[in-house]
Amino acid sequence: MAQKQFREVIRDAIAEEMERDENVFIMGEEVAEYNGAYKATQGLLDRFGEKRVIDTPISELGFSGLGVGAAMNGLRPIVEFMTFNFAVVGMDQLINNAAKIRHMSGGQVKIPIVFRGPNGSAGQLAATHSVAYESLYGHFPGLITIHPSDPYDAKGLLKAAIRDDNPVIFLESEQMYGMKQEVPDEEYLLPIGKAEVKREGSDVTIVADGKLYHVAKQAAEELSKDGVEVELINPRTIKPFDMETVIKSVKKTNRCVVVNESHPFAGVAAEVGFQIQREAFDYLDAPVQRVTIPDVPAPFSKKLFDAWLPSPKNVIDAVNTVTYRN
Amino acid sequence: MATIIDMPKLSDTMEEGTIAKWNIKEGDKVEAGDIVAEVETDKATMDLEAFDPGTVLKILVEEGDSAPLGAKLVILGEEGEDISDLEGDGASAKESDGDKKEEKKPSEDKDESEEEESSEDTSEEADEKGADQKSDDGGRVKASPLAKKMAEEKGIDLSKVEGSGPQGRVIKADIENYKGEAAPAAAEKKDAADAKPEKSDAKEEKAEAPKPSVSGTSMREDEDLKVSQMRKTIAKRLAESKFTSPHFYETIDIDMKKAMAVRASLNEISDVKISFNDLVVKACAVALRRHPWLNASWKGDVVRLNGDVNIAIAVAVDEGLLTPVIRHTDQKGLRDISIETKDFAARARDKKLQPQDWEGSTFTISNLGMFGIEEFTAIINPPNAAILAVGAIRDVPVVEDGQVVPGKRMKVTLSSDHRVVDGAKAAEFLNTVRKLLEDPASMLL
Repeated sequence: MAQKQFREVIRDAIAEEMERDENVFIMGEEVAEYNGAYKATQGLLDRFGEKRVIDTPISELGFSGLGVGAAMNGLRPIVEFMTFNFAVVGMDQLINNAAKIRHMSGGQVKIPIVFRGPNGSAGQLAATHSVAYESLYGHFPGLITIHPSDPYDAKGLLKAAIRDDNPVIFLESEQMYGMKQEVPDEEYLLPIGKAEVKREGSDVTIVADGKLYHVAKQAAEELSKDGVEVELINPRTIKPFDMETVIKSVKKTNRCVVVNESHPFAGVAAEVGFQIQREAFDYLDAPVQRVTIPDVPAPFSKKLFDAWLPSPKNVIDAVNTVTYRN
Repeated sequence: MATIIDMPKLSDTMEEGTIAKWNIKEGDKVEAGDIVAEVETDKATMDLEAFDPGTVLKILVEEGDSAPLGAKLVILGEEGEDISDLEGDGASAKESDGDKKEEKKPSEDKDESEEEESSEDTSEEADEKGADQKSDDGGRVKASPLAKKMAEEKGIDLSKVEGSGPQGRVIKADIENYKGEAAPAAAEKKDAADAKPEKSDAKEEKAEAPKPSVSGTSMREDEDLKVSQMRKTIAKRLAESKFTSPHFYETIDIDMKKAMAVRASLNEISDVKISFNDLVVKACAVALRRHPWLNASWKGDVVRLNGDVNIAIAVAVDEGLLTPVIRHTDQKGLRDISIETKDFAARARDKKLQPQDWEGSTFTISNLGMFGIEEFTAIINPPNAAILAVGAIRDVPVVEDGQVVPGKRMKVTLSSDHRVVDGAKAAEFLNTVRKLLEDPASMLL
C-alpha cells in the first residue's frame, strides 16, 4: 500500500471512474489548464482531453445547471466548486433542480451528478470562505451528503458517489488536502450511509465528522490517559445518517457528545442530539452535549479563529460535562 | 423602579402559602411596614409585611390561591410604570429566598466561565440553565432517564437515593452504588404475598427454600421465574400505593356469635349459600353509606367522596390477584352479593374477567379467614382510601357476667390513607361495621 494525500486519492477516484465509464466527466473553474485550485484534478486534462476535463467560466449557477442538464441526459458529471462557499451562487441548481427533479418526475429522470470541492474553514480565510455546509445540504431531501475524514474513506466514498444515480454533495475538508494515509492499490468502494466505529469505549460516545473527527480523536486519546474510554464514531455520510450505529453505542455508554463544524442551530449536531433523545431516552444518563463552531461567522484574526474552531479541549470539556466529572 | 413582594418562608416546613386575605388592592399606596396580606402557612396564618413603599401596580395571586416560596405576589412601583417584563409567571415563579440565592451563585459563576472558555453555542447553555431551574421546583426528584429506568427495574425509590449529578440529579452510578433498604419492590411483593397468598407465590417460596439434605447440598437449583404482566402490574400498583399513600392501621375484634346464628338460619331458606364474607361485604356497604370519608379517593387537589358504594373483593388466582367489583353494593341484598361474588371468583380463576369487572371500586375487602389467618394488614387498592383485611373467626374464651364462656370472635383490620381518612373517622367506621355484624338484623334497617 502506498501513502497518499487526500488530494491524490480524490484525483485517483475521479480518474479510475473516468477510465471505467466514458460518461463520467469533470468540469469546474480551473480544473483543466491550471490542474485544479487544490490540485485535485492534476494531470486529468492531459490524460482524458478537453472534452472530458472542462474549464468553466466563473459562473456557478451556469455550470451547475449545465451539470444537471448533462445528468438528465445520461452523462455522469462531476462538478468541482473551487470552494463550496461559492456554490451558494449556484444554489438554485443544487437544491431546486438536482435535489428535486427525480422526485418531481416520478422517478423517471435520474440525476447522477457529484458536486465536490473544499468545505469548511481553513486558516484565516475569513467569514465568507470558511463555512461548513454539511448541515445545510443535509437538510434537503434528494441530496446525498458525504463528509469524509481521511483519504481512505474519501476514495472509497467518492467512487461510490460517482456510481450513484442520485445527486451527491461531496464535501472535502479544505484543511485535509495534504493529509496522508495508506490507501490500497487495488480498487475498493465504501457503502454510502454507513458509519464507522473508529474506537471502542464504554464511558461516552463521541460522534464527529470531517476534519473535526481528528479533533475528537485527539480528545479521546487524552481522555483515555485520564481513565475515560471514548467510543468514537465517524458517520462519514451526513445524509443518509447512520443513526443505528450511534444509537447502539449510546445504549452502551449512556452518554453522547456530538462534534460538528457547522453552526449549532438546526445543524447536524442538533439533529443527532434530537434523534438520540427520541430513540434512546431511557438509556441517557446525561443530556447530550454538542461541540460546534459558535453561532457567529468565522473571524479573520488568527487568535480569534483558533478560539472559534472547536479544539480538543472543548471536546474534553463536553465529555466532562456528560460524565459529570466537572 | 418597581419592587416585588414575594412569598416569604414563614415557617421551617413551609413550601407554599395561601393568601387568606389581601389588605390592599391595585392602585393603593403602601408604606414600609404596612401589613399587605394574611398568609396561611402549613401551621398558622401570618401577616405579610411590605418592606418598601410604593403604589400597588399589580396583584399576581388571588385571595384564596396558593403560591410556592419565592413566587411573585405583588408588584410595587410608581404609578404608570411599565411592569410588563416583571409580571411573568406569578404563582409558578421560582423560589428565591436568601439562602437559595447564595447557593445558586457559585454554579452560575461556573456556567459563565464555561461560556467564556467553551466554543459551544451559548443558546444551548442558556436552555439548559433554564431547564435546570424549572426542575428544581416542587420537590421533584431529578434523575437521568437511565437512572429512572434502572430504579424502576430494581424497585428502588428514587427519592431515597442521593444524586451526585448537577443539582442532585440521580445518575446511573448512584443507582448502582445504592445500598439503602433492600429493594422495596421485593419487600412489597412479600407484603402482597402475606396479604393474599396465591398458588404461584407458594410455588416461588418453595423454589427459594432449599430442602435440608444429608449431604448439605441444595436439592433444587435456584429458579428465576419470568415476571408476568399481572405480577408486574400488581408490584407497580401496590408499591405506588404503599409509597405514596400514608397507611395507618386499626384493628377491631367483632363478636360473631349472632352473625353465625343468622347465617345458619339464612342458609336454611336461601337458594344460594351465604358466606361470612358476604355478611362482611354487606355490613361494610351499609357502613360506607354512613361514613362517606371511607368511601373516598385522594385526588391531589380534592378529596372525592364517591357517590356510589362499589366494593371490590380480592380474589387470589394463580398469577396473582384480582379485585372484581360488586357495583352498588349497598343497594344489593345478601343473596345478590353472594351470587355475584361466586360468579367473580369462578370467572377470575378461569381468566374470564374483563377490565370493566375490576374498574371503579371505591373500597376493597380482602379476606384470609378461610386460611385460618387471625389478623393481617392489607395494602390499599388505589384509588380507594381504605381496605379491610378480614381474619378468621376463632373460638375464644370470653367473660360474660363474670363467667368465662366460649365465644366466637373475628378480627378485622382497616388500612386507611391518612391523606383522606383520620384515625377517629376510621374508628367510627369500624365500630359501625362491628355493630352491624354483632347485630345483623340492624342491617335490615
